[in-house]
Amino acid sequence: MKLVIAMLMDGVIYASWLFIIAAGLTLIYGVMRILNMAHGSFYAIGAYAGASLVGVYLAGGYPPWGAYFMLLGAAIFSGALVGILIERGLLRIMYGRDEVVMILVTYAILLILEDVIKLVWGVDAYFTYQPYTLLGRTKLAGIAFANYDIALIFVSASICFLLWWGLNRTRNGKLLQAVIHDRDTAAFLGINVTRMFTVTFVIGAMLGALAGSLTAPGISVMPGIGVEVIILAFAVVVIGGLGSVGGALLGALIVGLSRSAAVHLYPDAELFVIYGVMALVLAFRPQGLFAIATARKI
Amino acid sequence: MRYSTMFVISGATALLAAGLVMPGWLTFLLTLALAKGLVVMGLLLLMRAGMVSFGQGLYYCLGAYCVGIGGDYFETQNALVLILLAVLVCGALAAVIGLLLCRYRDIFFAMFSMAFSMILYGVLIKSSSFGSSDGFNVKPPLLFGWTPGGESGPLLAYGLAVVAVTAVGIFAWHYLRSPMGYAGEAVRENEIRVEYLGISVARVIYIKYLLAASMAGLGGAITALAAGHIDPEMAYWTTSGEFVFIALMGGTGHVAGPVLGSVLFELIRTYAFQISPYTWQMILGIALLAIILYLPKGVWSLVERVTKRTAV
Repeated sequence: MKLVIAMLMDGVIYASWLFIIAAGLTLIYGVMRILNMAHGSFYAIGAYAGASLVGVYLAGGYPPWGAYFMLLGAAIFSGALVGILIERGLLRIMYGRDEVVMILVTYAILLILEDVIKLVWGVDAYFTYQPYTLLGRTKLAGIAFANYDIALIFVSASICFLLWWGLNRTRNGKLLQAVIHDRDTAAFLGINVTRMFTVTFVIGAMLGALAGSLTAPGISVMPGIGVEVIILAFAVVVIGGLGSVGGALLGALIVGLSRSAAVHLYPDAELFVIYGVMALVLAFRPQGLFAIATARKI
Repeated sequence: MRYSTMFVISGATALLAAGLVMPGWLTFLLTLALAKGLVVMGLLLLMRAGMVSFGQGLYYCLGAYCVGIGGDYFETQNALVLILLAVLVCGALAAVIGLLLCRYRDIFFAMFSMAFSMILYGVLIKSSSFGSSDGFNVKPPLLFGWTPGGESGPLLAYGLAVVAVTAVGIFAWHYLRSPMGYAGEAVRENEIRVEYLGISVARVIYIKYLLAASMAGLGGAITALAAGHIDPEMAYWTTSGEFVFIALMGGTGHVAGPVLGSVLFELIRTYAFQISPYTWQMILGIALLAIILYLPKGVWSLVERVTKRTAV
């Protein structure tokens, strides 16, 4: 029983973290058809921005609860900045190219941003454990969980709700869905597709940065974290179906739970399980679990 | 023998002879570049059919581990035996998962092939008998009992790399000019029409996949022999990404593109790393963007512009 609860909780916590990253990735793919490798860098930039801003804030002797707003602010600001710079400055001139070429374009951006991060923040690790420990721990069936992690589940759930609400219950969301289904027709009908692209990319970048800054208190922030994360996020969105937010949620849960099951039962299979599940899903549902239907080319 | 074949073989002989006088670091760099060139040449075959694999690291790593493990298990240091083993094992694995992968296209093919390479990475990183994330050392290669002592150690791997690239290159060149090779181009343009013409698309792609996997295994085996050390990083997605990078950089218009691309890549990386250790990735990234923007057919298109030869 204890084991089951630990497994479930760990799985859900991990899944909620994965979902925040994967949501941005899948949103950008759905609208722009770009599988954005640089998303890993957005995550890393968010983590660095969050960790350094909280460090400066706490060193100033301000009330510690404000650190959470610092994390949020750092994510929104850094995500928006990097997102606008990259979309307007670079991706704009690359539109219309093959999907696979776009992967390489974003791969190049990933390489560039990895070094930009090193130039800005150096190569030493950053630690900001205060926001993590401040919330204390809760005992569930005799197992202690960090409240910060439990809060992460709620944050992730609210992001999921906001995305659903934004896409299905607002005017702009419905316009965006029109763009997702048929970009050309949407443009004919007078939707400003270019602006939709910019806004989507910035929101996606912010989500990536948010995942990073929320993770920062729990890990040591150092070079290379983005490269590890992006491949996980790929697994999640491919399992769920590229471009589907609901799919990202399902994918995150599947990956999160199967990983935590592996960690608790057979730790050696930790990485193997994630990509094993990905391969299994792809083998039976090539387009992922929640696929968007596409026309066949003749 | 055709004029062009003679030209290629004399070029390879010149490269082999140059190996005797080259400084050690250059020999090593060229060996690794040529080995990678082999992997990318396989990738070129797939890309000609419009399939981009983000998982060639699977066979690159598997080939290297075949050399390492096979050398211990069969207690042999014979380079040819080990390379043959690597190619056979990679071919066999490709024959199995190729059946599944060849049904996929575009981004799904890319992601699925990446998933397989990450599975191998996930297995190797946790297998302590193979040194986990540190990998392990490979014994220096021999050639039928000939023990190259001291200085000539790296030369054996270099020679193997030159010979392998030449042989595979000539094979790939002829393959691309065969009906099977042209069918690949047609598949990229329109699969359904190819089926109407009575050609099995699945077979065309399957054969290409097998060839690409064997070439990647060969490249990995030579890398293991040359570097003397192997680790799971060879199956990580960044390695596979590097191969696609090189393919784009060199250009897929000609079988020499990948070789030129990988030599250039290694040179840029080595120099960029020496000049500025913190920004070498940035330099590579900018180079990649510049090539996508200004040289979409790769560096080889420059060579073609000069020689005015028709592309194959």
